[in-house]
Amino acid sequence: MRYDSLLDSLGGTPLVGLPRLSPTPDVRLWAKLEDRNPTGSVKDRAAFFMIEQAEKDGLLARGATILEPTSGNTGISLAMIAHLRGYRMICVMPENTSVERRQILQMYGAQIISSPAAGGSNEAVRMARRLAAEHPDWVMLYQYGNEANARAHYATTGPELLADLPGITHFVAGLGTTGTLMGVGRYLREQVPGVAIVAAEPRYGELVYGLRNVDEGFVPELYDASVLTTRFSVAANDALRRTRELLDAEGIFAGISTGAALHAALAMAAKARKAGQRADIAFIVADAGWKYLSTGAYSGTLEEAEERLEGQLWA
Amino acid sequence: MAIEVRIPTILRTYTGGAKSVEGSGDTLADLLGDLDSRHQGLRDRLVDDAGLRRFVNVYLNDEDVRFLGGLQTPVTDGDTVTVLPAVAGGSR
Repeated sequence: MRYDSLLDSLGGTPLVGLPRLSPTPDVRLWAKLEDRNPTGSVKDRAAFFMIEQAEKDGLLARGATILEPTSGNTGISLAMIAHLRGYRMICVMPENTSVERRQILQMYGAQIISSPAAGGSNEAVRMARRLAAEHPDWVMLYQYGNEANARAHYATTGPELLADLPGITHFVAGLGTTGTLMGVGRYLREQVPGVAIVAAEPRYGELVYGLRNVDEGFVPELYDASVLTTRFSVAANDALRRTRELLDAEGIFAGISTGAALHAALAMAAKARKAGQRADIAFIVADAGWKYLSTGAYSGTLEEAEERLEGQLWA
Repeated sequence: MAIEVRIPTILRTYTGGAKSVEGSGDTLADLLGDLDSRHQGLRDRLVDDAGLRRFVNVYLNDEDVRFLGGLQTPVTDGDTVTVLPAVAGGSR
């Protein structure tokens, strides 16, 4: 397929069946390969829509500075587009994120400001807000509250899924900014009566939840619980095990957050099978495994891999 | 058998440092009441007049109780309840 430029190739990703992991011919799993996007992750969609909207709103002119709290994929997507369009990019990123992500960001010319590991992305968000207040000329797109993030999925991912899988019964994705689930979820609910929208939330090691008290938590502004059917918390060992099963059974080399989504998808598949209902369950492969090799997730036993992931932001 | 309740680091001051405690009850509300009789003050950190606090997530066997039945969600022996503060998470 031919495109005028890399950015023109955004979206239109393959939806592939999982014949070996699907429990029966009537209960089928489908993987949407979002690693086949320009910088290799689902975040290219949100980044592109957020920048286009900011340009339309007159917020971005050549030489402008974009600031974003991000521990990886969104930063990489924004940095690539910023690089091509002549914007300066600053990422505020927790220090416990993988070296690959830092190197890719630097290659695209982004500047990285590290936030403390304790507190994870909450702390990065807090620090970015402080920096934005100190530098009113910087533009914070703020993926957690930017409607263009969810709209990207309402306008593209959702329609792509329905076109490829008109009989879709379940949609499963990782829960982070909530943009993918909110956008695809709203679109599918309008089009497919009774569709289930299922969130898979990564459950990290204790360091990441190091808040001073429970009133300092964080819920993204985009989040609307009424879009979801249910929400699972997936521990690192389950996510790792599923990531390896996906590679082993179906040949797909995915990032660890995909294992969490697959875990929730398999739970829904088991429920459907038990209830004797047909199901076509689509889930998001948010990215491939390359950026996580240095975490040790793909070598040694599961127990060793789990130990290495403790304290890291693996999704 | 009882119900295992996993407690996040920031709330372990109420459990004498224990990572998990055991309790009983027919619903989540009962269970939290039972826990509070031994770990006084814990329930108030999780629940206010409107129900579960905004930045507190409670999972029954890994499923968010807000989508099950909230505080009225039935619980049984052998279940695992996990309490976590809401965080922004990872690779966004």
